Amino acid sequence: MSNRRSRQSSSALRISDDQMIDLVSKLRVLLPEIRERRRSDKVSASKVLQETCNYIRKLHREVDNLSDRLSQLLDSVDEDSQEAAVIRSLLM
Amino acid sequence: MASLVSDTEPPTYLNSTPTDLVRRKKRQSASSAAASSRRNNAASATAGDGDSHAPWRSEKQQRSYSANLIQALQQVRLSSPAAETPYPTAQKRGKAFREAADRALAVSARGRTLWSRAILFNRFKLKFRKQKRPRPAAIPAVITRGSSSSSSGRGTKKRRVTVVKLNKKSIPTVNRKVRVLGRLVPGCKKESVPVILEEATDYIQALEMQVRAMKSLAELLSGSGSGSAPPPI
Repeated sequence: MSNRRSRQSSSALRISDDQMIDLVSKLRVLLPEIRERRRSDKVSASKVLQETCNYIRKLHREVDNLSDRLSQLLDSVDEDSQEAAVIRSLLM
Repeated sequence: MASLVSDTEPPTYLNSTPTDLVRRKKRQSASSAAASSRRNNAASATAGDGDSHAPWRSEKQQRSYSANLIQALQQVRLSSPAAETPYPTAQKRGKAFREAADRALAVSARGRTLWSRAILFNRFKLKFRKQKRPRPAAIPAVITRGSSSSSSGRGTKKRRVTVVKLNKKSIPTVNRKVRVLGRLVPGCKKESVPVILEEATDYIQALEMQVRAMKSLAELLSGSGSGSAPPPI
């Protein structure tokens, strides 16, 4: 197969299979959806990548929700309350 | 994750990071055992999963992030007091909190990674992610199979411990998914495949820590009954 070399810019580089597998393996162990599976079960690279995307989206949603929640919580904190003391202690 | 790294001789790496490439060149003359161990070090250093590089799972890191986070959130609060904020901008406020939380995370990463630098220099356009939808897009293929490794990549070599398989047929799919992933990791939209994968590995761990820290902070703040907010997720 001839590569269109002229089209290969810095953003379109080649990557070896071994390197790809190493990198994807590192992602695999981070994913709750696949992590539990037995080591002997091989997972396809595209499955790992799909799960990686899903997982990042899930984490983003969680951070969004938590941001909303914290914004509400901080607003409800009374300056003299126990929670305010908690905050001050964390800031030290 | 060193166990996942094969100890077979590496094929030519055409798109390693510059330092990696230099090391790799030097390494070719070294004995294979030493080369292999150094490669493992280099791999974990660039991928950010090494404990020494980004200890996202450590207590200390989470504590320091929590402190950064509270400080950042307090600043947002002071600059836009809720009492004066009309309802429609409540979402805007949530977004400001969100941005503050991300900046604090990037600060904790100390700018060692692309994604954290992208956040710090505001190159990552934050949409409020709840509304964000993945778009299908035409993506140029990036991986071409190395001519030297047509059989070694399947994990069929003995002594090779892999948990991932890569089929020839699935390579366009893989490339497409890496591109999607590149849009999810700050600053990685236009990066190469290995860079995206390495950054994603670090970014996920950072996000996990962020979620843990924010959750425990929310629990602390709602702990003694004053919080009328609904339980988390």
